[in-house]
Amino acid sequence: MSGRTTASVPADLQPPRSSPVRRRRPGWAPYLLLAPSVVYLVVFFVVPLLQGLRLAFTGEDGAWGLATVHELLNDPGFWSSVWNTLIMLAIILPVQLVLALAMSLLVNSKLRGSGFWFYVYMLPLGISELTSGIIWYSIFTQQGWLNSVLQDLGIISHPYIWLSYQHQLLIIATIVVAEAWRSTSIIVIILVGGLQAIPREYSEAADVFYASPWQKLWHVTLPLLRPTLRTALILRTVLAFEVFATVIALAGSSLSVLATKANNAYTQFQEPHLAAAYGILIMLLSLLSTALFLVLLPVRTE
Amino acid sequence: MRVRSVGKYAGAVILALWVLFPMYLLTAGAFSTQSGVYQYPKSLWPHWSTGTMSFFWDSAGVPTALGRSVIVAGITVVLAMLLGIPAGYAIARYRFRGKNAYQLSIVSTRAFPVVVLSIPLAVYFLQWGIYDSVYAVALMHTALVLPFVVLITTSVLAGVPVDLEEAAQVFGTSRLGAFWRVVMPMALPGLAAAASFAVLMSYNEVFAASILTIERPTLPALVLNALTASPDPYKFAAAWVLMIPTFVFIFIMRRYILGFGVERRL
Repeated sequence: MSGRTTASVPADLQPPRSSPVRRRRPGWAPYLLLAPSVVYLVVFFVVPLLQGLRLAFTGEDGAWGLATVHELLNDPGFWSSVWNTLIMLAIILPVQLVLALAMSLLVNSKLRGSGFWFYVYMLPLGISELTSGIIWYSIFTQQGWLNSVLQDLGIISHPYIWLSYQHQLLIIATIVVAEAWRSTSIIVIILVGGLQAIPREYSEAADVFYASPWQKLWHVTLPLLRPTLRTALILRTVLAFEVFATVIALAGSSLSVLATKANNAYTQFQEPHLAAAYGILIMLLSLLSTALFLVLLPVRTE
Repeated sequence: MRVRSVGKYAGAVILALWVLFPMYLLTAGAFSTQSGVYQYPKSLWPHWSTGTMSFFWDSAGVPTALGRSVIVAGITVVLAMLLGIPAGYAIARYRFRGKNAYQLSIVSTRAFPVVVLSIPLAVYFLQWGIYDSVYAVALMHTALVLPFVVLITTSVLAGVPVDLEEAAQVFGTSRLGAFWRVVMPMALPGLAAAASFAVLMSYNEVFAASILTIERPTLPALVLNALTASPDPYKFAAAWVLMIPTFVFIFIMRRYILGFGVERRL
């Protein structure tokens, strides 16, 4: 077991052995090695991105202009999908951060079988948001597990409707639970990496002053973890804008977020321009929130 | 001190249950009789049966869609590794101009959601005549996983001591020979982790797959399209089939997963 724990420390966190970088002049070799991936990402990433911008800023007739943007702003349900996305995000960030922090601190503490706990906590990483949506649907649906348990315990006398279009906030809460269940693992990866990079001396110094575990967490670990937390927040936010199949599995058509609107615009209404406009909006929001986190949580670079 | 460590284990167990219990509930739903799925209130120990699973398996298009998912994941992993390993090797072993710019752009691909890419790509694939095929989905998935594969292979290959490779060259092996006979065997478990990640991401991806296919969907796309119209037994069995690979692939990846946090450079 202990061997497994050491092996899980990534190469770039271990002290450098010999310099892994060759000292002789590399010439063209590295460029030739990078070229295939660069070409591929230009063709299948950069070009579609530009094409997406073009689609969003041209109309059905192909003329440049704000016709599609206008259509987007007047699309039925546009504003509610914006609000739903933002509300979901606002709830999920703190919930998931606390959950991920708990898991990472446990994995990082000297727990027996830490390899096993880490494996279990990582399992949702390989689960699609569609699957996670269906799992939580089986729990929250009218004749689902939650109502079964509540009724067995005598807390309710007849099945409660959790997924009703009349209670939008309740549906958002169920989506948040499903997302917290599924995608916390990716935040844990980032946080554990950050925790392992913190030199042990800091914790030992705190012990010298008889700091309680909470004081240690609040005054030592969290401030040192700040750059990592920022990365986790950025990634979490970007991922939250993409949540899509979970929403469909839990809410059906009774609640929409930006990503489901984008998918519907393309698959149901055959409107690539409108769908691309939704995509570009999601991208802008992702970039904007990334910039916000970078500005609001500055990290000193030594 | 002892109280504290009991608390720690209790916390670890509670968090593990939070992860595992919903998976058990899905399994109980996917392996009960079809009428058992609708039973209310449910019992946590159902009448185990393969009825629900065989109902799903006999539904239109399910085995072929699963086959397509496997093919797409296969093409994706081969393409992504072929493109990603050389790039990872270049970053791990050479110092050159533009290295930082390359790494930064690789990391920043994460800020561009799949939603933005799939719609324009659908338009292209229509023009190229490969829309609604496994190739269309695999090409898209490769673009999604390639940045991750580059990041992971970089950290894996940087972990292989350069001295060994140079020693092999001193003894007359070509650089390619040294890579193949010395670096590859040592890097294999790490590269397997990168490949597992590519497989999982492709097998689970649903947005692009549903945009890029109509008649020939992958399994997640098929299930998504049928979702609102399908009965609960279908949903539960489908979700179970989609869930199972994680147990295998996360096991392969577990020692290397932390290396995926390289994104913290962002």
